[in-house]
Amino acid sequence: MSKVPTRLSYHTYQIRIDNIREVRKEEVMNTLLKTRAQKVVGLAVSSAVLIAGIICSIAFGVTNIGWRTIVESITAFDGSQEHLIIQTARVPRAFIAAIAGASLAVAGSLMQGITRNPLASPSLFGINAGAAFFIVSGSAFFGASGLSTFATLAFVGAAFTSLLVYVIGSIGSDGLTPLKVTLAGAAMTAFFSSLSLGILLTGGQTFDQVLYWFVGSVAGRDMGIFTTAAPYMGIALAGAFIIARHMNLFTLGEDVATGLGQKTFAIKLAAAVIIVLLAGGSVSVAGPIAFVGIIIPHLTRHLVGIDYRWVIPYCALLGGILLLAADIGSRYISFPKEVPVGVMTAIIGVPFFVYIARRGGVS
Amino acid sequence: MGNWLTLRGRFHSFQLHRRTITAILLLLAANVAAIIVCVGMGSTTISPINVIRALFGTGDPSHSMIVFSLRMPRVLVAIMVGAALAVSGALLQGIVRNPLTSPDIIGISGGASLGTVVFILYFSHLSIRYMPISSIAGAFAAALLIYFFAYRGGITPLRLVLIGIGMATALTAVTYMLILTASFTPTAVAVKAFTFMTGSIYGVSWERDVLTLLPWLAVLLPVSFVYARHLNVQELGDDVAMSVGSTVHVKRTILLFVSVALAGAAVAIGGAINFIGLMAPHIARKLVGPAYGGVIPVSALIGSLVLLLSDLVARTAFLPLDIPAGVFTAAIGAPFFVYLLYRHRKS
Repeated sequence: MSKVPTRLSYHTYQIRIDNIREVRKEEVMNTLLKTRAQKVVGLAVSSAVLIAGIICSIAFGVTNIGWRTIVESITAFDGSQEHLIIQTARVPRAFIAAIAGASLAVAGSLMQGITRNPLASPSLFGINAGAAFFIVSGSAFFGASGLSTFATLAFVGAAFTSLLVYVIGSIGSDGLTPLKVTLAGAAMTAFFSSLSLGILLTGGQTFDQVLYWFVGSVAGRDMGIFTTAAPYMGIALAGAFIIARHMNLFTLGEDVATGLGQKTFAIKLAAAVIIVLLAGGSVSVAGPIAFVGIIIPHLTRHLVGIDYRWVIPYCALLGGILLLAADIGSRYISFPKEVPVGVMTAIIGVPFFVYIARRGGVS
Repeated sequence: MGNWLTLRGRFHSFQLHRRTITAILLLLAANVAAIIVCVGMGSTTISPINVIRALFGTGDPSHSMIVFSLRMPRVLVAIMVGAALAVSGALLQGIVRNPLTSPDIIGISGGASLGTVVFILYFSHLSIRYMPISSIAGAFAAALLIYFFAYRGGITPLRLVLIGIGMATALTAVTYMLILTASFTPTAVAVKAFTFMTGSIYGVSWERDVLTLLPWLAVLLPVSFVYARHLNVQELGDDVAMSVGSTVHVKRTILLFVSVALAGAAVAIGGAINFIGLMAPHIARKLVGPAYGGVIPVSALIGSLVLLLSDLVARTAFLPLDIPAGVFTAAIGAPFFVYLLYRHRKS
């Protein structure tokens, strides 16, 4: 970590704050939604789109299902094949996609705020590979089985790996630079993937079961998975809204935030817990899904600027929409076979990643 | 210049430090010793003396059979793949002037893996001789994309690395997608493809693997020895290199070409074996200093030694299981990477 001076001179503050005002002004000029009213309308529209996305996700697929059948399956469930498809496959899938997308986007946005690194996001921190490794070794060495056990393992793995990458990436006097943390994440990803593939290949019986954990997918999960993980993720999302105001001060730099009376350590700790809950939760319900945590925070910044009180809700809504849309798209790309949604987001995400890396927003 | 050995030819001259020569000789000896041990160990253990007898054609016929047709090809493949990855990494670190890169971290191996998996899934009716072409094509496609995306009035090492890492993620995803969606994929083919992605060299044969890989290395390794000296001047920075008369961009493109082709050829046979390209050049620099004339051959020898030993542990430690060697290179390599970050913490 960079050294925090105990005291900044008044003059330094003044200059910093003037700079920030300038930046803010520019940000406001460049964002798409400028006034409060526009932002509120935007939120309403995004919510409507999210709901529409959930409905489309339930309706479209190998079997297309009509409006009325969807409503009937909720109000008057009769056990017919269509109703069963809706209740056991489509509804959990839609909800899981929505909450995983929202969590990944919010986690990415918080990570970028805390590390002040525009490329920080769960997948680049190696969290996904770590979660997969825990699942694979759990099932190979301790006989773990069943999706809910896997989900718990994924969660522990995600927490462990994110901590590891954070520590490794902050080695050195210049702290957590984008390059170091990205390299550390890449190295840990290579490390954990090699180990898990090695374990998988030597114990052939687990191979089929865990294959899908290597690419994110929201298909074939039951409602139990959603109801187990949703409370944690819900609490973490709420927590993100609560600390949003404090996150704003972080964008001024850690020393200024400290100087202005912010308890930076407490906020960082809270943010870290929230990030682990969100990222770990989403890995545990959907497996490794890359790039949502990069794409959405950047889009959001273009839409509403850098005020976290707006950024967080927008990230949550847009993240859910993106993953729902990618999931619906993944059903049609090689119809009637489905492509795992994690692959879709990886392909959509690369142009964004390239754009951000090129723009030189990283030093 | 008592400590330097100078070789002059008609077109090229080399200068090697005495320490470099000592290091090369010692590493050669270590490699030979490792070969003898590796050939001897396995489910049937053959003593070193019997191995040497078998190698000279005077041993027990059953020993000769095991040595020549079963273990020798594997050992040779380990040597070649290790050397190719190490040299590829050394060249790449020189080109991007970042000591923390290697072909597997910035996505070049990922491209090669994709090329190979495409070959395994869709062109398996063709002779395996064509597999390196598919892998090298994949590696080149990845390198071109990375280069293209990272180009903005020139290439900065930082952008190259960041974009490479992003591309690596995407390429891995696409590779998994191919394996999972190829509609005719029975699990056996998927397992084959996954084994390949971890990097393993079991079940190699003379015909198929040794002779497929050999021609590529026979061309590429000498070229990299000869061209390596251009990296020395590039280390000083583009401006200095240009002002002393080096055609920086041409040389860099050729070196990148060689590095990518080496990585592609290695991946075609050995799979995505991680971290050797990262580790070997560092150990080499530690031994013989930063001049590339020495670093390249020494890296090659270290790379082959590391892979020989990793493969030895991988196939003997958990008998009767045969674990991909890539697991062990990763197990050594990741801590090494952390150590490197720690070492470079000031810069």
